[in-house]
Amino acid sequence: MIPNKFEYIRPNTLQEALSILSAYREDAKVLAGGQSLLSLMKLRLASPKYLIDLSGVPELNYIREESGRGNSARIAIGALTTYAQIKESAVLQAKSPLLVQTTHLIGDVQVRNRGTLGGSLAHADPAGDMPAAILALGAEIKAVGPKGARWIKAEDFFVTAFTTALSFDEIVAEVRVPVLKGYKTAYMKNAPRPSDFAIVGVAVCLQPDGGRTCQNITIGITGVTDKAYRAVGVEESLRGKQLDPKIIEQAASRVTDGVEVNGNIHASKEFRSYLASIWVKRAIQAAMSGA
Amino acid sequence: MHKIKVRINGRDFEDEVDSRLLLVHYIRQKARLTGTHVGCDTGNCGACTIIFNGKTIKSCLMLAVQANGADMTTVEGLAKNGLHPIQEAFMDRFAIQCGYCTPGMMLSACSLLQTNPQPNEAEIREAIEGNLCMCTGYQQIVEAIQYAAEKTRK
Ligand SMILES: Cc1cc2nc3c(=O)[nH]c(=O)nc-3n(C[C@H](O)[C@H](O)[C@H](O)COP(=O)(O)OP(=O)(O)OC[C@H]3O[C@@H](n4cnc5c(N)ncnc54)[C@H](O)[C@@H]3O)c2cc1C
Repeated sequence: MIPNKFEYIRPNTLQEALSILSAYREDAKVLAGGQSLLSLMKLRLASPKYLIDLSGVPELNYIREESGRGNSARIAIGALTTYAQIKESAVLQAKSPLLVQTTHLIGDVQVRNRGTLGGSLAHADPAGDMPAAILALGAEIKAVGPKGARWIKAEDFFVTAFTTALSFDEIVAEVRVPVLKGYKTAYMKNAPRPSDFAIVGVAVCLQPDGGRTCQNITIGITGVTDKAYRAVGVEESLRGKQLDPKIIEQAASRVTDGVEVNGNIHASKEFRSYLASIWVKRAIQAAMSGA
Repeated sequence: MHKIKVRINGRDFEDEVDSRLLLVHYIRQKARLTGTHVGCDTGNCGACTIIFNGKTIKSCLMLAVQANGADMTTVEGLAKNGLHPIQEAFMDRFAIQCGYCTPGMMLSACSLLQTNPQPNEAEIREAIEGNLCMCTGYQQIVEAIQYAAEKTRK
């Protein structure tokens, strides 16, 4: 499969990339790891006239800790950081391991060597794994455009399938995740085969209060509907409660509250809803027993 | 058209390429290194796996222009003075059936052994998750990689 004709441009700075994007508007697309976009172009589901390769912009590839306002220390991750780099990151592993846990279940070695955090978020696949993780983390996404930068909350970022709050002339530059103190995290997914997309993916950030009581919990879900979302109903049912199996199970049954569940060849609506409640329960238990 | 300069298996190539030429087609048709295979052409099967600046990638999900300046290894670059230990292990342990997945499989194995010379079985299986064998000869492939690791330890 051969993509339609396009012009390839490789800018050396973010500013240059932005001005090219502003000039060519909807005719242009940025290329990060290419693990989704090149497939779409080969299938001719995407046919940009101008392809702006970000690989020449080294200022978008980093993982660094930032002592934020007050005690809100954060880790800043450049948009071009690959899954492989996240998976190997000692800082993330020590201070905010959910993204590391998530990369273990994304694609395969080759895909992780190319695919980027920024690309996976901007692509907004309704079954993508990173969207669920950054929702659970309450991450913020830095979008830069011709008018400067703005921060978008994870929960405002995903609009619908393959559609985000980004405007055509904006580029994701950075994702900021909190340093987690006293939290336990887990990512689990149910997929037809390893390295497939999720039928259901569940990201959990749990703050126990020493014992088995849940002080706070945030849960990101992917694969279930047209976009990743926070399972607010489950979170509400667990805050302040003892985390015993009955209570978790009851809470987990609310995972699809208010959500239009997808049915397809891999799982019907009913089966997917059932799987979602099972995997929420498992992910919470995994977080509880994890580090 | 774009001018690119690449190094494949230690040899330098300079070519003019169309922006939409995929890297796998460049390797096969311009560099004439046909050991790199086109399987699914969708990024799933890993038959087009190469080592790109030290890391395995699927060359059907990259453009040739993106490789400008890169240093690559394809299966033809494995044998130096005689076969590479991985190649010997694949032969000795009958890890080849139809052979279509073999080049990609061996490059993934090499890449694993470079960073993790003594992998356990789970690590080997994870390392070849992106390489599909439709003959389903995975068991021998895993054993061959273990065998290669053991041999290099000695
Ligand atoms: C075999 C295979 C298995 C996979 N398995 C999984 C899986 O299990 N789970 C999963 O979640 N994903 C999976 N993927 C998809 C993978 O995660 C993609 O890498 C990811 O979706 C896109 O990231 P990318 O860097 O490759 O982006 P690209 O493909 O380069 O771009 C994707 C889209 O995002 C836009 N974009 C990229 N970067 C930016 C930016 N910085 N700012 C604005 N827009 C941007 C592009 O214009 C394009 O529209 C798989 C892919 C393959 C080929």
